[in-house]
Formats: sequence, structure tokens, C-alpha cells
Amino acid sequence: MATIYIDGRPYAVDARQNLLHACLSLGFNLPYFCWHPALGSVGACRQCAIKQFRGPEDQRGKLVMACMTAASEGARISIADAEAVAFRAGIIEGMMQNHPHDCPVCDEGGECHLQDMTVMTGHDYRRYRFAKRTFRNQYLGPLVHHEMNRCIQCYRCVRFYREYAGGRDFNVFGIRNLAYFGRYQDGVLESEFSGNLDEVCPTGVFTDATHKRHYTRKWDMQFAPSICPHCGVGCNLSPGERYGMLRRIVNRYHGGLNGYFLCDRGRYGYEFVNGDQRLRQPRLRLAGGPQSLPQKQAAELLGEWLADDRVIGIGSPRASLEANFALRAVVGARHFYAGVADAELALLRLALEILRRQPAAPLRSMESADAVLVLGEDVTNTAPRMALSLRQAVRQQPMQALEALKIPAWLDHAARELAQQRRGPFYIAAPAATRLDDIARELWRGAPEELARLGFAVAHALAPESPAVAGLAPEAAALAGRIAAALRSAQRPLVVSGLGCRSTELLQAAANIAAALRRLNKNNGRNSPKANSTAEARPDDSSSENDARLALAVPEANSLGLALLDPHPLSQALDAVRAGAATVIVLENDLYRRLPAGEMQSLASGLDRLIALDCIETPTTRQARLALPAAAWAEDDGTFINYEGRAQRYYAAYPPPGEMQASWRWLRDALAVAGREAGRWETLDDVLRALAAEFPDLAAAATAAPPESFRIHGEKVPRQPHRFSGRTAMSANLNVSEPAPPPDPDTPLAFSMEGAPTQPPAAILPFAWAPGWNSYQAWNKLQREIDGPLRGGNPGVRVWPAPSSGERYFRDVPPPPAARAGEWRAVPLYHIFGSEELSRLAPGISQLSPQPYLALSEADAARLGLGAGEALVLILESQRFTLPLVIRPDLAPGLAGVPAGLGPLQGLALPAWCRIERA
Amino acid sequence: MFGIARTIWDIFLHGFRRRVTRQYPEQPAYLPPRWRGRIILSRDPDGGERCVACYLCAIACPVDCIALQATEDSTGRRYPEFFRINFSRCIFCGYCEEACPTYAIQLTPDFEMSEYRRPNLVYEKEDLLIAGPGKYPGYNFWRVAGVSIGGKDKGEAENEAPPADLHQLLP
Repeated sequence: MATIYIDGRPYAVDARQNLLHACLSLGFNLPYFCWHPALGSVGACRQCAIKQFRGPEDQRGKLVMACMTAASEGARISIADAEAVAFRAGIIEGMMQNHPHDCPVCDEGGECHLQDMTVMTGHDYRRYRFAKRTFRNQYLGPLVHHEMNRCIQCYRCVRFYREYAGGRDFNVFGIRNLAYFGRYQDGVLESEFSGNLDEVCPTGVFTDATHKRHYTRKWDMQFAPSICPHCGVGCNLSPGERYGMLRRIVNRYHGGLNGYFLCDRGRYGYEFVNGDQRLRQPRLRLAGGPQSLPQKQAAELLGEWLADDRVIGIGSPRASLEANFALRAVVGARHFYAGVADAELALLRLALEILRRQPAAPLRSMESADAVLVLGEDVTNTAPRMALSLRQAVRQQPMQALEALKIPAWLDHAARELAQQRRGPFYIAAPAATRLDDIARELWRGAPEELARLGFAVAHALAPESPAVAGLAPEAAALAGRIAAALRSAQRPLVVSGLGCRSTELLQAAANIAAALRRLNKNNGRNSPKANSTAEARPDDSSSENDARLALAVPEANSLGLALLDPHPLSQALDAVRAGAATVIVLENDLYRRLPAGEMQSLASGLDRLIALDCIETPTTRQARLALPAAAWAEDDGTFINYEGRAQRYYAAYPPPGEMQASWRWLRDALAVAGREAGRWETLDDVLRALAAEFPDLAAAATAAPPESFRIHGEKVPRQPHRFSGRTAMSANLNVSEPAPPPDPDTPLAFSMEGAPTQPPAAILPFAWAPGWNSYQAWNKLQREIDGPLRGGNPGVRVWPAPSSGERYFRDVPPPPAARAGEWRAVPLYHIFGSEELSRLAPGISQLSPQPYLALSEADAARLGLGAGEALVLILESQRFTLPLVIRPDLAPGLAGVPAGLGPLQGLALPAWCRIERA
Repeated sequence: MFGIARTIWDIFLHGFRRRVTRQYPEQPAYLPPRWRGRIILSRDPDGGERCVACYLCAIACPVDCIALQATEDSTGRRYPEFFRINFSRCIFCGYCEEACPTYAIQLTPDFEMSEYRRPNLVYEKEDLLIAGPGKYPGYNFWRVAGVSIGGKDKGEAENEAPPADLHQLLP
């Protein structure tokens, strides 16, 4: 800590930071543009000028840029100094010279950093009389809209896109006052994080193209604190609704997870909620055709059917913990089955077993890892936001040189200049190329078993107690040695794996490496690594998180939550049906994605009553005798457990419209009809209480967010900004008397603009706003200190206690995979846009999603004399699929790449041996 | 006593004064042009809808009686998909007119809006939109805005340079 004097008063600040960081942390309003808490300082915009004085006697002082000046002990500065104020006003005036007269039709208006800063500096009259510079826009794809006239040349976009997110197809062009930010020609932005440009841009150059189609100002939206449903990372979101329609998603800051950024799947996948694939009406299939039912009658029918004692339930990894638990209460523990393929359930159980011994690293602590091994996971496509964090990890080792040179880490371009192209150790072993390959020091390709063998070899090299790998190829052995050496010499090594390859051995290998690293750590007494300014422990991190050496990407938002409820394997559900179970309740799940189509057909045909609860229309709901419309995640409250075992509550942005209701309420209503005890549940808290009683392990999930009874000064937390407009006209065309705000019995939030005016706990903070700060930069005002956790701590709780000792090694090293003549090993290849069930229904995402294909390596295609695009037949057991060939030079020979979750290929049990024929 | 007599006398005198009672509605009232009465939406000099659906009137409205939804035509010109004013809530404060950056929303000297049924006071865009520019005949927002719309490309607005040529290297 250092003491600095701002306008004559002393303040204690973090000496490792710059003055802008210090001033904002202290709550001062100091305008800025080019600085970003995650991107550091470059001093490009000159907006944060302040006066610095040499000592108490110095009356003249000099103008300095706050973001470029260290908060050194005894520094005397003035924000209010007249000269500094005039300088800042002049800078804004210069920026506004060419800024178009667009605010009324600009999507950034009302949440524009440039607007806020212009108001803050007091510039209100344009004196410049000459022509404004103009630019032509570019088409940047279906997700990001470009309006280049508005640019103020702060360079944040290009710094984020190229330097932070590693994109290559976006840059700054032109010279002098004609700097142009875009692509070299029109085209879809390649980066999976391009949507962040919307939030990074301080004005409206980059805006959300999906939001533009149903545009609503920020002040007019009803927000909710939410969690992303599109992968297992559990990024915090702020979905906004108006007129009963989900309008857009923006990032909701989480100090330990997503920070300031989201991936494009999470940001743009929301549109499925508004789509026509929604299941909107309860539907009973009769001999004469489908019949719509009112909600009450449907629940009664379901309740009557529960009287049958041969009811089984199939849970879902994309439904909330509460919904899964309600289903379990309906059918009983004995008849509760996992809604995932058996192999995946086994993997999830293994992952749980590993994670109970090895703490998982949160995203933000991954950023400070200084040696990384990615084992078998295409992180960008399975847990996208994780890839962005991993990208920052390669900067750590080169940045260790900063300390000796006394360059602070926040001095971004000095730090990058020093690092040049040097990158820290980053190794990727995967079946095919991943989007992180460009930062990897070495790559290794192979079938999942080979990758696992490499992993076991690394673990053995780190800890001799870990089993050795017999018969490893010499190159692999050498690589394992190099990886082990890099991990051993690192301060904060990290191994990342996941369920992507669907390989048990791979997870075990990753666990062994992590265990070995933890052991090394302990032996070397490095439990608290020397904190340098870059890899420093965040105040919120518990020691176990600093100590985390492992991250396992899980497929879906609540995969771990489902596994924690102890479901039986799905194959046993099939057995139960064969043995006479006549009624099956499928919860928010499309079983065609979990089972081969043939098996699913036979299951459905052998059944009396297939009941499907879902928010979207799927092949399963179409086949169901009774299909019940569930609320989508943005209309529902619940808890997801993410890849690190963090339970996080998400809240409805608006009540479920029409006949839809939360899945647990459907089940509760049915239980009430059947006269069972769980039918008395009134609120979400009742479900959580019952859950905690049955699963003491999961009791922590109930504390992930404040209970419904939580109030601030006796009031609920408003979901709407206090300037929400149109209350007396929104529904006046239907009924001129204004309706009361919908009740919300489940949460401490209100569907209203009225309520507690103070900052609520982070878990129930719906959106970022602070007086004078209407843009996303308002997060600065809600954090304990800039870039740290929000006030009240990071949302969510880990559901299992931090493990104390985790050194147990898995001993089953897989044998090298034997090639089979005429057969290929089919492995899943993931796509950020397309592999996930819900997001691919969003129009913007579906436009970017690939068509089903079959990928072969260059060598294999050449050997068979096949050309790209040729129609091939993939034969997997008894199933045949005709697919076009895609030649992937990066695919390991002997493998056949099958896109995961796409079209007819979605239910395949992979990896598996397959045959390939010409069509 | 004197007071009563004085009052009677005064009243008597009033009988000879000019009448001030106006025979409304037979005799219409004069309302100055800046009278804040019934709200209308105007058109720009080219006949296009002036409203660009910026939502500023809605946020300025102290009784929240304006609701609208923005949409765009194929050329990028923004306009309200619907625009609704609930006149049974309107207090005719004129804040919406003050907030409007395009002179689209204007208050007119008309207050004769009595209805027997409240829903009849809910005006949609069809009821609000007039044929002309109202009080501000010359202004067209799109001629000063930087976005391009049908019939106005980049660099063609007032006070705008032609689009920059990024390939030139002149200093």
C-alpha cells in the first residue's frame, strides 16, 4: 500500500497500480477511454489527465496521464485542478469533432461511455465548423454491426481483438486522422470473442447486430442476474427483456470467472428463447391428432398419470438443479435416471471424484498460470470463455522479466514490447487442431488413448509414484519430458482437460498430473507463490484456488449438478422400460441427442406414456404423448453447478409467458394432484430446503444466493433501471388500466423499477449502473477495487469443501490403440456454433454453424484417393450416414472426425470404431 | 350594512360591463401556437416519418405514458414499429417535445379530447402521425446524422466530408 494525496487529502492505495486505477478504486470520477481494467494502460487517448505536484510546496504541478503514472508513495495529485479540468474538456471536444450526430439512432445511446465522459467533462457545445470525416462501414457477420463514423480512435478494439483475444483478421488501417478499425475486407469476424467489441468499444462503432433487430434502450429493459446456459463454465450474464421478449445479453462481471468478457455463443445464443422452436402450449397426442390443453388440465393429467407406480424420470444436464431434484422427488431415487449417455455419466462421476480431490482453477486464476498443458480438449469449442483466459496465461512467463526492469504489468505496451513474440510454455495434445494452437509451444496429435498415454507419461515424469507408461513412442516420451520440465519449473502450472474426447483415461491422466503438481508444490513449499504484480493472488481467491492445478471442461451448464444428484445410467432406464415401466418423464432433454436414434425409437414405441417437459420443440417432445412447455432459462430461476463445482443461481428476467412455467412447478403441480408431500412446495426456497435435507453435500447450493426473504431496507431488488419508461402505455392497447407488477414469490428480486436503491449482493445484482456511469464501465463503481471482486464477494459457492490432500494416482494406463484394418476411430469434433443444443437455434449462431460432415486426415484421404466434398458413408455399428468429406490436415491419421451435436450425428456414442465407404 | 349595500351596487354595475364568458364551444378559443395540447408525430420536409424511435420521449415522460418499439427499413432508416401514447395518463407537460432530437413529437394547440371510454384515449402511431412537419418546417434529422439511409449515402449529410479513402498515403 502507498499513501497518495488527492486534492490535498491522503488516501491509501495499491502501490503496484497506476493513478487512474487508484482514483477509480477510491470512487473518484475521472474520465478515460483507452484504458480498460483488463487491457491495461497505453496512454493513447490523453483523457485521464491530472495534475501531479512534486511536493507540498509545489503549486504549479504538471499535467500527467493518470493511467500512465504509478501510484507511488507520497504522490500528490489533483483531479479538480482547473488546468487539468480544462485539458480534459479540450480532449473531449477534440474527440467530438468528427463524432457524428447519431445518438438518437445509435444503439450505444444511453449506455455510451463517450456520452458519459462528455457529460462528465462538461462539453456541451460544438464549436468546430468544418466538415466531419466519414468512413464506409464493413459487414462483419451476423453478430457484430459496424458503424465506423463514430470512432474516436481509442484503439481498445484492436487491443482487445488482437492482443487479448488473439484474433488475426481485424486491425487498424490508414494513417493520421483516418485510422480505420476493421477487417481488410468485408467478412465474418473470425474470433469467437468478437461480441466483446460491443462492450470494449467506448462508443457505438461496434454494436450487437442481433439486438439491432429488436432494439431497446438499456434503461427500458428488465434485467436479471443470470448464468449462461450454453456450456459448463457458468459465466455470469445480464439478459434484458422488454414486451415479453428477450432482447439481448451482456456480460455481468464476475471477479473469479468471466471478468469483463463473454464468448459469442453465450452472448448471442439467447435468441432461441424468442424463436418459433419454442414449445408454447401443453399438448396431448391422441389418436385423432395433437390436442392443446390449458395449463391446469395438463398438470392434472400428469398428476393422474403419476398414480401409476411404474413411472421413471430422466433428468437433464441443461435443467436446473431444482428441476432435476423435483423430478427425482416425483419418481423417487430408484427411478431417477441421468439424461446423458452412460459413457458421459461415467465421465462426470469420474470428474466429480477427481474434483473432490483436486480443486478446479477458476478462469481468472488460469490467467496467471505460467505453464499450461491442454490435454485432449478443444477448449475454444467446448468451454469457449476458458480459452480466452488460457490465452492470457502464455504472457505470464515473459512478464516475469518485468520485475527486474521495474516495468509495471499494467503498462501494457511496454510489457508487450518486452515480451515480443516470446510465450510461456503452453502445450496442446489433441486429436485435431484447436483454436489455441497459435500460442502453443508444441502440439501433439493422436487418438484419445494416445493423448492419455502422453498425459500419464508427463505425470510419471513429475512424480515417480504415478504409473509409468510402457512402450511409449520415443518422440512422445521426449515431449512428455519437456512438458514435465516446463510444468515443474513453473510457479503456477495448470493442466486443462475435459470431457470433450469422452475418454476416461484422459481425465485420469490429467488428474495424475495435477496431483503430481500439487505434490511438487507442497514439497517445494510453494503454497503461496511469490506474488508479483501479474500473478498475484486476488483477494477473493481462497488458498485452494491459488493452489488449483486442474480444470476440467464439462459439456453442459449443469452437467455436474445432474451427476451430484446421483442418477442411474440411462441404459438402465431403457431396461426399466423393457421390464415394464409404462410412463417416462423426460425433463428438458432431447433423448435423440443422448441415444442412437434406433434405441430411442424402440424406447418411445415400447412406451405407454412419454411425457416431455421442455422449453423447445425437439424430436423427443414431438414424440411425447404429453408435451409440457417449460420456461426457458431466462424465464426461470434455478441453480447451475459449473465446471469448478460452483453453484450459481440464475433468475428470471421476466415471468414465463402464456402456458409455460418452470419445470419444477409443473412437477410440483402434478405432485399436488397426486397428493404427495412435495406437492406442498410453494417457492424455490422450499425446493432448495428439501434438496439440502436429502443431499447434505448440496446444502451449499441453497446458499449460492440470498433467499427470497432477503430485503434491503425492507424492499426487494428492482430488476428494472429506475428510468424504465412506458409503464402506463406498454399494455394500454390491451387494457388501459395498468396491471400490478407480476409477483415473484421465489426470489428477492422484483419485476419492477421500484425497490432498494443501493447496490445489492453480487449474486442478485441484475445490471451495471452507477450515477453518471451508464455504460458497462459502471462495473468499476460496483467493485471492491478495480478488477477485483464485486462488493459483497464473487457470486456463487463451491458445493464441496476444498480438498486437503489429493495425491492418489490412477493406475490404469491404457495400452496403445491398435489400428484396425479398414476401420477408423471416430472422434467428436466440437463447434462453438452448432454443437450446443440451445444456442444453435438462435438465427445468428445457426448462420455460422457448419453443416454435418466427415473429416479425415490428409494422409488418409490421399491413401483412399478421396477428394474434399466427396460423399462418404459413415458406418457406425448398424447406422449409416451419408456425409460430405472434409479433409483436415491437422487431424491425426487413423481418426475420423465427426462434428458433435450436429444434425443426424448428434446421438452417436463416440469415440467408436467406424467404417467408411464411398456413397 | 354599508358593506352589503356596496356589494349589491357592485353587482348591479357588473350588469353593464362587457361579458367575459366565452360561448365555448360555439365560439372557439384562441390558443397560441406554443400551447401544450394534444401530441402529434410530424413528418420531415420530404414526407418521411420524422420519428427515429430513439426512446428519448419515453424516458422523459414523467408519467411513463409513451411506449414504442424501434425497427429499421431495409436501408437502415430507423422508425417506430408502433408508437403509443396513453392520453388518459398524459399531463401535457411537453417534456417529450423538449427531449425529441428530431422535432418529430410536437404538442399542438388542441385539447378537445374528451371521451366516454378511457381506451379511446390510447393513441397509436396512425392516430398521432400528421401529414406535415408541424412547427419546424425545415428540419430533417437524417440530413445531419452520420448513418447512411436510402437516398443518403455516407458523406452526403450536411457538413460531412466524402468517405475517407483508406488507400491514400498522403500525409
